[in-house]
Amino acid sequence: MIEFLKQPWPWYVAGPLIGLTVPALLLLGNKSFGISSSLRHICAACMPANIPFFQYNWKKEIWNLVFVSGILLGGIIAVNLLPNTGPIQVNPHLTADLARYGITNFSNLVPQDVISWPALFSARGFIMMVGGGFLVGFGTRYAGGCTSGHAIMGLSNLQWPSLVATICFMAGGFVMANLILPFILSL
Amino acid sequence: MRTDVNKATDFDVRLQDAICVNESHLQHKWYHNLKYLITGILFGIVFVKAEIISWFRIQEMFRLQSFHMYGVIGSAVVTGMLSVWLIKKFNLKTIYGEVIEFHPKKFNKGQIYGGLIFGLGWALTGACPGPLFAQIGTGATVVIITLLSAIAGTWVYGLLRERLPH
Repeated sequence: MIEFLKQPWPWYVAGPLIGLTVPALLLLGNKSFGISSSLRHICAACMPANIPFFQYNWKKEIWNLVFVSGILLGGIIAVNLLPNTGPIQVNPHLTADLARYGITNFSNLVPQDVISWPALFSARGFIMMVGGGFLVGFGTRYAGGCTSGHAIMGLSNLQWPSLVATICFMAGGFVMANLILPFILSL
Repeated sequence: MRTDVNKATDFDVRLQDAICVNESHLQHKWYHNLKYLITGILFGIVFVKAEIISWFRIQEMFRLQSFHMYGVIGSAVVTGMLSVWLIKKFNLKTIYGEVIEFHPKKFNKGQIYGGLIFGLGWALTGACPGPLFAQIGTGATVVIITLLSAIAGTWVYGLLRERLPH
């Protein structure tokens, strides 16, 4: 059983489990599934700085911060109790393409060659981690949600603005991965 | 500074954000939050074991080199839709007997501009906000920097919000 669980899980197992988070949170306490709001609650709790957007009772949303803490703990549990047995299997075209940029380490879920402490002090690592992180935080709040709040919770509730947001997430990703990222990786 | 001509209630301020609108009137002891911790843990394990938090899987998705992520998101949405439909059809209540509320999302241009900006960041970091937390859990401690930068991005959005097109 444990050996079975250690293998990478297929999409048709993982997808429905993630989808079940929607009714789980609703039934447990009337909570709408959404993760990026946690970043807003952290701002409201730590540095509201008289900004109206952060003037609210964040303590009411503490469940959201508990939930994301759980995600972090889940990461710790998964790698320690159910570690993968080999390197990550990716499409050979991607492997070949990334090798041209010196990305050859597939032993972790994040590429050690570009996302690691030493890489933080390289131009491309800095852009990907600090620049990318900023865009994620700014963009999700501007859009009013992320993959969980819009793509999963919003679409589950048949909200068309969430469909617009999801299409834009994908469009931005396609542009970055195919048109801009090659230049950044060449730095 | 903004004048407080029309004083916004706490609910109004949170409604600016599509998600932060949970208004449970029930007061619970702190340990009731443990159920969200457990949900989060299970969710985080799925994230890691299905490699959803992998930068490589996100690159494959945006280069149309693998079906994996499309299968995950697609089947998650179908499961979520079915669940929401069932909850509405049978008027299911929470475990505390509260009526389950759904809040419609209003369209604004932020969903387009913000969506595109987030998409750019998603392909760079290989993570949306949830996976950032899980990546840190897997031992990629440098992702703490990415997370802090994302918090800074949220803060700057809050600062500039009134001046951005919505």
